[in-house]
Amino acid sequence: MKILTKWLRAYLPDLNASDQALAEDLTLRGIAVEGIFDLGSGNGSLFEMDITTNRVDAMNHYGIAREAAAIYGTPLAPLDVALPEPRPATQPFSVRIEAEDACGRFTARVLRGITIGESRDWFQGGEIAAYFGLLEQKRISSAVDATNFAWLAMGQPTHAFDLDKLEGGIIVRRARKGERLKTLDGVDRELDPGDLVIADHAKPVGLAGVMGGWDTMITQTTTNVLIEAAWFDPMAVRRTARRHGLHTDASHRFERGADFNAAPVASALVSRILLANGGWIEGELVDARVPALEARTARRRPITLALTEVRRILGKTIDEEGITASAVEHLLTALGCKLANQSVHAERPVWLVKLPSWRLDLEREIDLIEEVARVYGYNRFANTLPAFGHGVQALPWAESEAAIRRTMLSAAFHEAIGSTFCSAAEAALTAPQPGLVVPLGNPLSEEAGVLRPSLVPGMLTMIVGNLHRDVSDVRLFEFGAVFSGATDKVDERPALAFGAAGILPEQGALRPSRAMDFFDVKGVVEQVLARFQARAVSFDRFPPESGLMPPWLHPYCAARAAVNGVTVGWFGQLHPREAEARKIKEAVFVGELYLDRLYQLPLRQPTAHEISRFQPVHRDFSLILDQSVTWESIGQALRRLAIPEMIDFRPREVFRDARLGEREYSLLLGVTFQAADRTLRDDEINTFQATLVAALDKAGARLRR
Amino acid sequence: MTSIPTLSSFDDDSLDRAFAALEKQARADAATLDGTEAVEAFRLRWIGRKQGLLNDVSSKWLKAAPPEAKKPVGERFKALKELVERLLEQSAGAGPSDAELSAEAIDITLPGTQRLMGAEHPITRTMNEIVGVFAALGYSVGVGPEVETDYYNFECMNFPPDHPARDTQDTIAIAGQERRPPRDRLLLRTHTSPVQMRTMEVQPPPVQIVIPGKVHRNDAADATHSPIFHQVEGLCVDTNVTFSDLKGTLDYAMKALFGSSVKTRFFPSFFPFTEPSADVQISCIFCGGKGCRKCKHSGWIELLGCGMVDPVVFAFAAEKQPAYDPKKISGFAFGMGVERIAMMKYGISEIGQLFAGDMRFSGQFA
Repeated sequence: MKILTKWLRAYLPDLNASDQALAEDLTLRGIAVEGIFDLGSGNGSLFEMDITTNRVDAMNHYGIAREAAAIYGTPLAPLDVALPEPRPATQPFSVRIEAEDACGRFTARVLRGITIGESRDWFQGGEIAAYFGLLEQKRISSAVDATNFAWLAMGQPTHAFDLDKLEGGIIVRRARKGERLKTLDGVDRELDPGDLVIADHAKPVGLAGVMGGWDTMITQTTTNVLIEAAWFDPMAVRRTARRHGLHTDASHRFERGADFNAAPVASALVSRILLANGGWIEGELVDARVPALEARTARRRPITLALTEVRRILGKTIDEEGITASAVEHLLTALGCKLANQSVHAERPVWLVKLPSWRLDLEREIDLIEEVARVYGYNRFANTLPAFGHGVQALPWAESEAAIRRTMLSAAFHEAIGSTFCSAAEAALTAPQPGLVVPLGNPLSEEAGVLRPSLVPGMLTMIVGNLHRDVSDVRLFEFGAVFSGATDKVDERPALAFGAAGILPEQGALRPSRAMDFFDVKGVVEQVLARFQARAVSFDRFPPESGLMPPWLHPYCAARAAVNGVTVGWFGQLHPREAEARKIKEAVFVGELYLDRLYQLPLRQPTAHEISRFQPVHRDFSLILDQSVTWESIGQALRRLAIPEMIDFRPREVFRDARLGEREYSLLLGVTFQAADRTLRDDEINTFQATLVAALDKAGARLRR
Repeated sequence: MTSIPTLSSFDDDSLDRAFAALEKQARADAATLDGTEAVEAFRLRWIGRKQGLLNDVSSKWLKAAPPEAKKPVGERFKALKELVERLLEQSAGAGPSDAELSAEAIDITLPGTQRLMGAEHPITRTMNEIVGVFAALGYSVGVGPEVETDYYNFECMNFPPDHPARDTQDTIAIAGQERRPPRDRLLLRTHTSPVQMRTMEVQPPPVQIVIPGKVHRNDAADATHSPIFHQVEGLCVDTNVTFSDLKGTLDYAMKALFGSSVKTRFFPSFFPFTEPSADVQISCIFCGGKGCRKCKHSGWIELLGCGMVDPVVFAFAAEKQPAYDPKKISGFAFGMGVERIAMMKYGISEIGQLFAGDMRFSGQFA
């Protein structure tokens, strides 16, 4: 909104502050001046304002002048609304408010013998040409300029009808089913029975508080005019405006609450401008009011304000005196309130405060306390700290989340934040429970049509984005909520996704690089799971025909991770079909862990064991196995032996060679023996070895000769 | 000398001369030793098991000595052996020769091998930093769901149905809500404020809580707007919590986050759930308040919104926790956009970079 200081000063004859100081002082009191533009000598400045929605009263020149008057304690000139004597009417113009819940006041003034033409400046303070020029407000005709002037001056919407096109008097009512109205924007609208309309005795002639009608508008040939200035209920206007997709200056104001007492004043301003080109007023102003709505606006009950309450909420000021009774009285009076002290204790005044009609945002004691703080100046309050003594609680899973994040970071994965949304197709591919995907009512786009049931779509988008940008080494993880359920109940759970492509994260000029593979990713998963205390961590996969493998994963190079038998996630190579669909040739590894399940486990508490002083003995076994024999089964066989001295065993190499059978592979098994209390003797070790070989043989691994 | 001379006589003089000559030789040999190979050669020459000179001394002189000379020869032999061993020890400790070492030279200007580290997301980092500052002031951490009901997101935060203030927070709604009671309609929360109410409903005052979280609005994306963003909300409720406490708390927090020289400035503002409401500016962290491009030459940067909790909000809380009687308690709330702070702190120009997962962008925060 644009404001001219030249226009403001017309209402503030005694104002001494410079435009700069005025802008600063207004801004610090919540009437924000966002920009100041010098308009050249004698023209003052143009202020670009940003007024919060609760202060519609200050979205016009007179409203801002009133604020300045309160800040500086300087007089505010009244609006000059003197009009020539009306000629008598044979009978008063008929106005009836039928919709008494929605229209509080309707004033109508009849002007006759009017010439529609260029608007003219004919009285002091009505400098249309000068003001409109500086505001770059186009001058259209005396009728349009007049209503615009009243709007810019005091923020009161008005409307002028061609009186000769009205059939009978005005009725403010709800639209009837099937009624139509062509509005000033040229759109022919079908009205809804909820719409509030201005009608004559035959038809609707305007959408009340939103936009006038086409057929009754002022034209160059209009000679007789009816000027409407009214007060409409915010909700009624808002509903009408929304229903028709209209947002006008008038609807903006009425929706936020207009000044009940402004209607006759605005009507006078408009009349004066129209009368500048000749013509006369016929009859007195017709002023229909609904007492119930007047009581809710212009005649509200006074509210109680206690100085103790002002101090309880606002606290200390820099000035040691604090907020005084006289400061409260002075500040609120300047804003248009009328205060009467009801308290018998001089020290603790309690006022009854009568509220100004233009400040519908003031309804409660706290509203007045805010006004005191605002005009007093927020920055004149002291900086204090509240007294407080109690423990600080972190989230129950904060430590677990931090432990996982540290693990991912030390594995050289970067943290990412992806979209909360995905397409229905991506959701169908990745949802752990395919039927429970939650669609959005007003999605940003079709690709973002549903709440993500998994972090995998977002992870894939980010990995693919990198690969398409020729960033070939990718390691990312994301913590985030995933959603499942139906449109009436949405379940939200924490998850972790990760994705990788390219070479291992070690950067050295002289080292050969190696592509990441399944086991690099599995290692990260193992390390994450190792943060938690668990009886058993296991990995498995299922035959493709079981339907248990997630369709986004390669059915043979992917695994389920389970802790204590409960699925905690899936990971592995992206299904080549999905890679191809995303135009990527590289092997991409991706996975997701269900953190709600992990967070139920306690974090592993490290315990120290004695480290044996005695020499460990390492033995390697070269084994030949059938392809169907997994490492897992070898491990189980060895664990079952329960030899306490066998402190470690691990696969050292897995390979195939031509001398083996077609379905066979070779495994080099490394075993370490060590006792806590003695050096192991050769015969002991030989016994262990023999037991071991027998067990391996039973498990399907024969010793290679 | 490859072998030792034959002893002509075993008298003391002869023995002294003969052993002195060997000692001198040993010292001379040891003086020129350079490098592990030379030391090994010295060892072999003097105490080598087969051809060592001391072996010779033992076999030729000691064994050949007449019984009365065994002791004098033995004593001198022992002294000589100790000397050789000492010389050997001294030479061996000197390690390989320079020539040997120089053969192992490397180009130390080649880049080091780096174990790469992952980078925490700048949003996580900023959020943790903010939460940390408030934790030090006694604030616990609270969170709430991203899918909220209309009641928690709007109604109990004093956005009545059809209120124009809802227009400023374009909401992404879950599908199929039209037939449900307005209060129960599901949407993606547009701010973290609902967690204020969720906290008060289960915890009577005093409450001091800080709420980090993700929020969504149906905003078109541009350089500074994203439909996904993060906020940190704070709530402090107790008896005698005042507007000046709010000022002091945020002034302290801004100094903790941006440096002790930062100044704060409070402006009246409007939020449905606080009254009085304020916007807070900090003196520009780039120019110190002199005015620069970053602060649009104003010297100030707008950073957060705050205010005293509106009595209406307390009335909603009192439905479940009667202790929230606005006549007896008071409180303040504040909220800040994490992206804006992170972008400012780390010089990020496009908000979209935060959500693209570009390795080149993320790597800068490792």
